[in-house]
Amino acid sequence: MNKLGSAVFSRLVIIIPYAWLLFFFLIPFFIVFRISLSTTAIAQPPYTPVFALSDGLSGLWAKIGQFHFDNFVWLTEDALYFNAYISSVWIAALSTFITLLIGYPIAYGMAQAPRSLRPTLLMLVILPFWTSFLIRVYAWIAILKPEGLLNQFLIGIGVIHDPLIIMNTNWAIYIGIVYSYLPFMVLPLYSALEKMDNTLIEAAQDLGCPQITAFWKVTFPLSIPGIVAGCMLVFIPAVGEFVIPDLLGGSQTLMIGKTLWTEFNANRDWPVSAAVATILLLILVVPIVFFQNAQAKAEEQGR
Amino acid sequence: MKSLGNIRRSFAPWTDPDAKPFISFRNVTKKFGDFTAVDDLTLDIYHREFFALLGASGCGKSTLLRMLAGFERPTAGEIILDGQDIAGIPPYKRPVNMMFQSYALFPHMSVESNIGFGLRQDGMPKAEIAARVAQMLKLVKLEQFAKRKPHQLSGGQRQRVALARSLAKRPKVLLLDEPLGALDKKLREETQFELMDLQQELGLTFVVVTHDQEEAMTMADRIAVMSHGKVIQVATPAEIYEAPNSRFVADFIGDVNILDGKVSASGNGRIELATNEGFTVRTAAANAPATGSAAGFAIRPEKLKVTRAAPADASVNAAQGEIWDIGYLGDMTVFHVKLDSGKVVKASMLNAQREVEDPVAYDERVWVSFGETAGVVLKD
Repeated sequence: MNKLGSAVFSRLVIIIPYAWLLFFFLIPFFIVFRISLSTTAIAQPPYTPVFALSDGLSGLWAKIGQFHFDNFVWLTEDALYFNAYISSVWIAALSTFITLLIGYPIAYGMAQAPRSLRPTLLMLVILPFWTSFLIRVYAWIAILKPEGLLNQFLIGIGVIHDPLIIMNTNWAIYIGIVYSYLPFMVLPLYSALEKMDNTLIEAAQDLGCPQITAFWKVTFPLSIPGIVAGCMLVFIPAVGEFVIPDLLGGSQTLMIGKTLWTEFNANRDWPVSAAVATILLLILVVPIVFFQNAQAKAEEQGR
Repeated sequence: MKSLGNIRRSFAPWTDPDAKPFISFRNVTKKFGDFTAVDDLTLDIYHREFFALLGASGCGKSTLLRMLAGFERPTAGEIILDGQDIAGIPPYKRPVNMMFQSYALFPHMSVESNIGFGLRQDGMPKAEIAARVAQMLKLVKLEQFAKRKPHQLSGGQRQRVALARSLAKRPKVLLLDEPLGALDKKLREETQFELMDLQQELGLTFVVVTHDQEEAMTMADRIAVMSHGKVIQVATPAEIYEAPNSRFVADFIGDVNILDGKVSASGNGRIELATNEGFTVRTAAANAPATGSAAGFAIRPEKLKVTRAAPADASVNAAQGEIWDIGYLGDMTVFHVKLDSGKVVKASMLNAQREVEDPVAYDERVWVSFGETAGVVLKD
């Protein structure tokens, strides 16, 4: 291929991800954003204004003039939304932290395991994905409900006498999120820990570190990119999680995904739910940008 | 006084029966499952010695070093360092430091922090750490790189950071695992001499593991040649080269011709060896084997002389053959001479003059000759 041809080719290759972002992220987002500026209507679609080709340019301008930010103002007026956002972020953050606490030892153990065993362990982490996510969450109902497996077991061995009420509480949501997103934490952590040079630990020991100190001074700081990646992969989807709070959470559980669903399906208020979605996106963009920064930094450091 | 290899040493505690070894391996064995990496090995290393463990990969030299560092525990035997059995002491409490083959620099720390790592670990006051780090940076000539991260350094600079880091704690013994393995040839040669100067200057005991015989010969006071978990010979580089104690050592270090035969006469520290090549070698032999026993005779290529005429002195050993191959290397020329028995021997001659009148050519009949003390008798 000549020089010009290869330059054109490399441009084309770059265009693909941008085109993807444009068609599957930016355009849908603008449609959602545009709905968030509209007014509900008992119509099909259930909001106004609706653009039509017959409007002409002046008609288009008139319709754009009808856009307003009332839906966003509304979100600030009803404490429900604010509380739902705060509660979602809090539940997602706490779940992410618990996932990290559980996932790190798992990933560390996998990375320390004999090389021949590692593919099998990796397989075991990925294995749950072979069953539908929905079915796995339903299975937790059978485990957590008052007459469920967990309570039967605990009562059976005599630890408790009355069943624990976990189902339909925030505890059930934490369990559900931690369970569902654990692989997303373990995999990036494993990949960070697995490529760690073991002689670094030996060097730290040689220079006077007991094994635990060597872990905190060398292994842990070097695994931070993996920790950041894992936390983002868990936190971002967990904030907007709908299925888990809907199936495992109680009626008092406040999560933004559920609120959005209610606005959209039960209230049929597309503009408000679009506004909720827009704000949710803004909340998530912050950690995503943070994540990208961290990744760029890690890439710069990895020679 | 005559000395092997024309080097006379003032530093030779191993010849002094009263000198106490600084490091002693006593009947040390290390097994990994069924594999015996180090086999009932006994070895003494002296204070301020530059000691090399030399051998092919898998000979147990690295395991020996790792046992000294504390990363491996001996299966049997004891390791004494400065009068203390260190077998049970974990690596972080041993007064030894190691420079790793991969350097093992901490990638998330600057050069400064890498060098000061061990000192911070010991809880040294900050001001003292800074002073020591500055001193180490000066020692390895990296003052202006203090704030850099390891990935911003060249291979040679990284090697020096690793060296500075392992020296910062002023260990009693510095262990070096293939310290120059990752450097290119020219830098490696320079660094060899730098390491020697450094060791002299600091007065430390260095134990270096290497598979590169030239490196070991250049740097070490003594070399232990290892094979299959055992030490085959421990001696100065000159002794190892000029007086190998076995066929293995003779063959492992440098180029050698080995002539096999039977001892036809023995006495007065001299033997006559009737070689299988059809001529008799008269040679000095330190521990002369008895008449009638089988023996080998090892002679280095540079000790053989290739001439057209038979040597005038009848007492000189000589055999006839023809030039089979000539390799011109610049500083010297290597001749492969096919003796009349069919055996090919290597002879090398220094090209001391730029122009040689009528040099020997391919297929010419020549004499290969050598003196009485040119080679070594190997008992089998």
